[in-house]
Amino acid sequence: MKLHYYVDGDAFISAGEASSEVKNVLKQLGIDPAIIRKIAISMYEAEMNMVLHANGGEIDVKVTPEKINIILKDQGPGIPDIELAMQEGFSTADQKIRDLGFGAGMGLPNIKKYSDELQIQSEVGKGTEVKITVWLK
Amino acid sequence: MTLEKVKGILQADVLVGSDLSYEVYSAYGSDLMSDVLAFVKNHVLLLTGLINPQVIRTAEMMDIHAIVFVRGKQPTEDIIELAKQKNMIILTTTHSLYTSCGLLYTHGLMGEERV
Repeated sequence: MKLHYYVDGDAFISAGEASSEVKNVLKQLGIDPAIIRKIAISMYEAEMNMVLHANGGEIDVKVTPEKINIILKDQGPGIPDIELAMQEGFSTADQKIRDLGFGAGMGLPNIKKYSDELQIQSEVGKGTEVKITVWLK
Repeated sequence: MTLEKVKGILQADVLVGSDLSYEVYSAYGSDLMSDVLAFVKNHVLLLTGLINPQVIRTAEMMDIHAIVFVRGKQPTEDIIELAKQKNMIILTTTHSLYTSCGLLYTHGLMGEERV
């Protein structure tokens, strides 16, 4: 099964809708709630990053009997130092993002914690691609 | 602890939901959804003074079904609508986050690391 979402970077209210829909689809497929939770948290963190830092983007979700792949692509500012960005507490978020309850520098480490595989490719000025894999078996 | 008891202890109003027999076994208080996403492990009662739709989204992702908005904060209609869609129970109290957590704790509702 393949799902595709456009994420609006200007709509803070609807941010997270894609993750919510994926969560519901996985529930309908009868997937183990513990696995759904891993996917929901990692995808939502990545989707929020997209809205808060990169003015939105696109998400592709692929569900196979073995695994779930989530690819998030944006054309935002990119991440200059991915290793640094992966450190807990490191954040480039401004006060506006923090006032919304995000930007504590826990997003990327949390995606790593809840996913089985995480690949991040980024180019400054061009954008970022985040690949999340969660194994079903 | 049932939400009926939570309501009584916090002198709270119920904004969304009617089944107050729903039981919570631990609670977490934070205005930072980043930390809720990173640290909460169970289906806690979430107490927060942050008012925006992402509080409901965060709760949804974490399978949290009950939220208390503290400091007399009133969620806007879009937040209430989203909470209804997600079958959540929303309470509001005029107590601060500290006082709310303290009152629940002294009545036996612990943080999840203490359960």
